[in-house]
Amino acid sequence: MSELKLKDLYDGFRDPATIRMLAAQIGEEAKALHEPLRIMEVCGGHTHTIMKYGLPQLLPDNIDFIHGPGCPVCIMPKERIDHAIALARMEDTILVTLGDMIRVPGSQSSLAAERAAGRDIRPLYTPMDALKIAKENPDKRVVFFAIGFETTTPMTAALLHAVVTQKVDNLYFHINHVLVPPAIDAIMSDGQAKINAFIGPSHVSVITGAKIYAPLPQKYGTPVVVCGFEPVDVMQGILMAVRQQKEGRAELEIEYSRSVTMEGNVKAQQLIDMYLQPRSHFRWRGIGDIPDSALELRDEFAYLDAEKVFAEVLPTEPIDDHKLCICGTILKGLAKPMECKVFGTACTPNSPLGSCMVSSEGACNAYYRYAGVLG
Amino acid sequence: MCLSIPSKVVSVDREKNSAVVDTMGVKREAGLDLMEEGSVNIDDYVLIHIGFVMNKIDEEDALESLKVYHEILAKMDEEERSRVVLEDDNCENRGAP
Repeated sequence: MSELKLKDLYDGFRDPATIRMLAAQIGEEAKALHEPLRIMEVCGGHTHTIMKYGLPQLLPDNIDFIHGPGCPVCIMPKERIDHAIALARMEDTILVTLGDMIRVPGSQSSLAAERAAGRDIRPLYTPMDALKIAKENPDKRVVFFAIGFETTTPMTAALLHAVVTQKVDNLYFHINHVLVPPAIDAIMSDGQAKINAFIGPSHVSVITGAKIYAPLPQKYGTPVVVCGFEPVDVMQGILMAVRQQKEGRAELEIEYSRSVTMEGNVKAQQLIDMYLQPRSHFRWRGIGDIPDSALELRDEFAYLDAEKVFAEVLPTEPIDDHKLCICGTILKGLAKPMECKVFGTACTPNSPLGSCMVSSEGACNAYYRYAGVLG
Repeated sequence: MCLSIPSKVVSVDREKNSAVVDTMGVKREAGLDLMEEGSVNIDDYVLIHIGFVMNKIDEEDALESLKVYHEILAKMDEEERSRVVLEDDNCENRGAP
């Protein structure tokens, strides 16, 4: 193969023979592991790949996946969804957000239910569409409910840049952008978690660079391998983690080197820095409060901040998940979804009680869909 | 949510600072706001995420990975063939009906 075709970027990294070949290599090399490899894939995109391609069934018994919190919809606490609903209920308001958010229930309602009741709520393909909607509706206010990890933050920053430079005066932002490293720290810091290796996110790392995980190997003695989203990438990444553990190394490695560098996308990082600053606290659904784990608008852009401008309509009461939900325990690798009393009975993808069931990137949801639970 | 799809740049509009990309046969427009000026060109492979180009895919690197997998697979095939031939050579029931 001398010239890359677009098709190769898909098929080449999904090739069943290559997946099986890597599975055989992992099986062989994992025989020499001193202890089982309990590997957390932090990102929901990886969870999806792992379950969709049935990778656990291809791996030896001493390799176990622990599914991480990296799904922006799943970690959104109910009180923030209630914010979106309260904003959408204001007079002459159009609430816009990325599609994933529409279905998720808050404490009493969901954006989908509000839309059915006549509120003007629109899912976006790209944040830039919010600008178009604001310009087409000068007599209304438009609120962009911004969600996502580091991957999605620069797109919000690009929209902010357009709003500020074009002096658009009817578009506001409700910022819910969260950060990967503090969440990993929250899971690892109490010493209970059974995780001894990490698969680092693919596209978060495209933006931030792999450098954001540099402290982890030292802090927790775990290998960290930044992987692509395709099944071949994940298998190759596991092989790299197995080799590290076998050789007694704990290092940061990049499997996804076709797209990820150590530095990341510097222009995107600068754009984020121009408009957003660290937020002192953010409550993660399923984990709880994590200091410095999210972003908010810089003070000079307070006039665009829906949380400040419309503070009087926003509820302030934190709302926890159902007390039977064990999502926090699942995230630490201390339990599997099936061990939860309400899994698949009171808690299903259509009526999720806890964060791990909310979207197809959550651990319980992925188990429910792909692990033969449906018979 | 974070799944970005590899795409190929079909055309670049410097005026609008956007590109038209081919994602498995579907043509879409994507913003270049996150990319250094002039860094994205026709025939580049890029990742698209919610309407923006995020990065350029390193073509050489992708080819290298795929080449390594092909070589290992070819070698495994060869080993598999040798094993079959060897088994046949050592067949104890040669001449059995």
